[in-house]
Amino acid sequence: MGRFHRHDDGTTHEDHDHDVSHAHDLGDHSGYTATATSRVSVLEDIFSENDRIAGENRRDFARHGVRTVNLMSSPGAGKTTLLKRTLAQLAATKRIGILEGDIATSIDADQLEGYGAAVALVNTAAGFGGECHLDAVMVRSGLQRLPLADLELLIIENVGNLVCPAEFNVGEHAKAMVYAVTEGEEKPLKYPVMFRAVDTVVVNKVDLLPHLDFDLDLFLSNLHDVNPTATVIQASARTGAGVDEWCAWLVGQSEA
Amino acid sequence: MHELSLCEAIAATVTKHAGERTAAGVVVRIGHFRQVVPDALSFCWTMLTEGTDLKGCALEIEQVPAVVRCNACGSETTLDVPIMICGACEGDDVTLVSGEEFQVVSLDLSEV
Repeated sequence: MGRFHRHDDGTTHEDHDHDVSHAHDLGDHSGYTATATSRVSVLEDIFSENDRIAGENRRDFARHGVRTVNLMSSPGAGKTTLLKRTLAQLAATKRIGILEGDIATSIDADQLEGYGAAVALVNTAAGFGGECHLDAVMVRSGLQRLPLADLELLIIENVGNLVCPAEFNVGEHAKAMVYAVTEGEEKPLKYPVMFRAVDTVVVNKVDLLPHLDFDLDLFLSNLHDVNPTATVIQASARTGAGVDEWCAWLVGQSEA
Repeated sequence: MHELSLCEAIAATVTKHAGERTAAGVVVRIGHFRQVVPDALSFCWTMLTEGTDLKGCALEIEQVPAVVRCNACGSETTLDVPIMICGACEGDDVTLVSGEEFQVVSLDLSEV
């Protein structure tokens, strides 16, 4: 009791009739409908907390001399198959870690075992039915299960999704995406945040081109419209075409 | 798709700045090039804040157009689609000057 508040007409007086609010004094203030408010400037980036944790991840990478690539794509574009090829080619000479993000199951992580890389899995299903992306906090939790001090290159295989992963920095040094030619030429225009965010686009499944109506030149033009500086690597994770070029890009990242 | 995560981040920012006071409203600024659906954000906000100290806190969304400035001719162009080309000279050497904002701008806090 004894609480003062101001009504819309400007009058101020002692609280007397909001018994509902008194019954829930600690939590529910809905009884104070006429309480005056003041506008307070904040101007804070909505991602500030994510970016703070991403900064901690980045410092850990720097301390251990690990370069990190955040690999993204839509579901089924071929990230895991490309990574199997990548590990088969590079794991003998590069100390590689994989942080595998999936909403549920360890299927992808299991596929990457046995190549000599350190693999850690982050399932995102702890959120509301499964987060659609990895954020900096999830990556941070996964890093505890990787021997960072022993690694030169860490590849983060993000959750398959063309929208959300692009919004969340996780502390990586470079972003790359796998795009499959079965996805259609217009995707850079429809998912511009993703296509603008990445340094490199692996155009995958080019072995299927003879069987598709896909217009590769139109896709490359659309990609250039939203991201003129992206490195483009045409590849087939199935046949192995272009995998050398992709691995060379990765090695370049690891030695940057 | 990720509006719920964004609402969690907004709620954390509001709670941090509100302290002991009650937040009656929050203003967020979102650029045109962010993949945020305002209706989805509002829906998630209501769902997320229900039953918490932020129940009833109104979410106000300021949308910012995507604007590029041409480094060749100096013109500014407002873009609907993310094709980074100057509307005046059609050059592609342009710099994005707005459209990627994602900020909590202000809070309406009860006086104590």
